[in-house]
Amino acid sequence: MAGLGGRMSTVVKAKVSKLLDRAEDPAETLDYSYQKQVEQLQNVKKGIADVVTAKKRLQMQEATLQQSVVKLDTQARQALSSGQEDLARTALERKNVAQTELQSLDTQVSELEEQQQKLTDSEQKLRAKIESFRTKKEVIKAQYSAAEAQVRISEAATGVGEQMADVGLAMQRAVDKTENMRARADAVSELEAAGTFDDVTALGSGEDDIDRQLKQLSSQPAVDDELAKMKSELGTPAGAPQLSPQSEGAEPAPADGGQAPAGGGQA
Amino acid sequence: MIVRISGEDQYELPDEDAERLGELEAAVTAAVEEGRESDFSEAYSALLDLVRSDGRVVGDEEIASSDVILPPSDLTLEEAGMEFTGEGLIPD
Repeated sequence: MAGLGGRMSTVVKAKVSKLLDRAEDPAETLDYSYQKQVEQLQNVKKGIADVVTAKKRLQMQEATLQQSVVKLDTQARQALSSGQEDLARTALERKNVAQTELQSLDTQVSELEEQQQKLTDSEQKLRAKIESFRTKKEVIKAQYSAAEAQVRISEAATGVGEQMADVGLAMQRAVDKTENMRARADAVSELEAAGTFDDVTALGSGEDDIDRQLKQLSSQPAVDDELAKMKSELGTPAGAPQLSPQSEGAEPAPADGGQAPAGGGQA
Repeated sequence: MIVRISGEDQYELPDEDAERLGELEAAVTAAVEEGRESDFSEAYSALLDLVRSDGRVVGDEEIASSDVILPPSDLTLEEAGMEFTGEGLIPD
């Protein structure tokens, strides 16, 4: 048999063969082989559904975080306008954490999207092969002697088996990736459960445990920068109407130093 | 010679391509062993390109076993390292 004989292709081929060995004996009866294939196709579908579920979960978290970012930004502005700089800083720290999580969720959602597409394509290919096998088995049944039919069906079953094993590997890869992402999603859930993205105005006096942890999580220079930017947008805390000259590119603050548009001020 | 790119398609290639494919595979393996990221991506893309450009896609309705199975096209250097050196494979 022709082959590259190199280490890479040998390893992958060995993997596929291993999966094939675990599969049913291809010398089983024709109908039984076909039935097995259809069952496996169902597993593939289930695997795709799992990827979709994982993706939806991440998307829901994204939506929640998105809202938190807007809310915390608004709260930071409000706190700053009323001269509560500490509270504004806390809100910005939390916003910073939420934004960081958002970015990584975003990457993961697109990765899952890609996996889903690939698996869907593979599933279609496998389905076509199985359908072809079904047709073939009827022909084999009708035309060949038992012994020859055995050989032919064995070849065909191996070919379908390879396709199946390949989908299996792709699936395993997707599952591994989803596992990593689940860890990330859980981390976000923990932050949410700890009240990280809750209403900062509901905070009592003094910093709590969450705040101390967040200070470590959030990038301080980014928070400092944003606080400075927000100050310049809002004008001085005293509500003086002038705009500080170093606010490059910032939206001019309303003359009364009041509500600025929420959701601005990208870090 | 039938070559499968894992997660994509099977391709039927002329037997003359075997030598060139072998060379490219050796280049990929060497880059993986030495952890050279850019050489790895370059050699692996070249290998896949050869298969895709010279090969005829085996139709979905055709049932055939592959002579060669290549890893997925988005294989990372890290994954490749685990593939070729992990799981008790002894480097030669």
